[in-house]
Amino acid sequence: MARRVLPQRLTQGKNMGINFKDAAGVHADALALRAERTRILAANIANENTPGFQAQDMDFSATLANVQAEGNGDLGDGGESALMYRVPYHPTRDGNTVEIGVEQAAFSQNATDFATSLTFVNMRLKGLAKAINGQ
Amino acid sequence: MSFKNISEIAGSAMAAQSVRLNTIASNLANADSVAGTEAETYRARKPVFAAVMSDGPGGMSSAGGKVQVLDVVQSDEPLRQVYEPGNPMANAEGMVFYPNVNQVAEMTDMMSASRAFETNVEVLGRIRSMQQSLLKLGEG
Repeated sequence: MARRVLPQRLTQGKNMGINFKDAAGVHADALALRAERTRILAANIANENTPGFQAQDMDFSATLANVQAEGNGDLGDGGESALMYRVPYHPTRDGNTVEIGVEQAAFSQNATDFATSLTFVNMRLKGLAKAINGQ
Repeated sequence: MSFKNISEIAGSAMAAQSVRLNTIASNLANADSVAGTEAETYRARKPVFAAVMSDGPGGMSSAGGKVQVLDVVQSDEPLRQVYEPGNPMANAEGMVFYPNVNQVAEMTDMMSASRAFETNVEVLGRIRSMQQSLLKLGEG
């Protein structure tokens, strides 16, 4: 009998305890994806003058849904499946599809969204800290 | 978080743009370097950029990555031949060869290169502030 009590207690503890991953919710995944998207946009900006380079971007909501469905927050395949090529407004002679204004705007917007996700995660963590301290 | 990658990407772009600025400076400096034969004449140089496709452990192989300078090529445009018999570099017919440097094109290229460089510096600065804010996660 004594053996059975221990696992039960463990599962009870799991339900009652604080799980940081659950607490941060969607925002932790969103934060990781924002960082990944920053990398893609930085690569676009870096290759502004590379002939034949095709700008890429992430379908953010699709990728986030993908990661959420996988449930492990691992960016392995989920991140790549939703990468898409950007359609340029104007064709260029060297086949480069980076339009620097578009990329700068996307980068700036993405950085702001990163700060937003970070703020949400921070707010959740503060809530947890309050619960832990009992204040 | 892949901030190190981003810094490397922006850094490679800055390196590539400085190579480009180097060739522009060389072209502009030698715009009037005359020579007596076609073979000895300076020709405008241009770097060739190419994207390095990163295949890191994250499996993001299809995402573009760093920039590399594949080569620096010389322009094939015809040289400018001028009749200057008084020039010490002139050949037997009194002709000298001027480099095929288009100074206006070089100036616009320089503006483009320095703007691209600045953009990447800006990216680095933004990455830094994002990373710093991330480090402050959970504080105060």
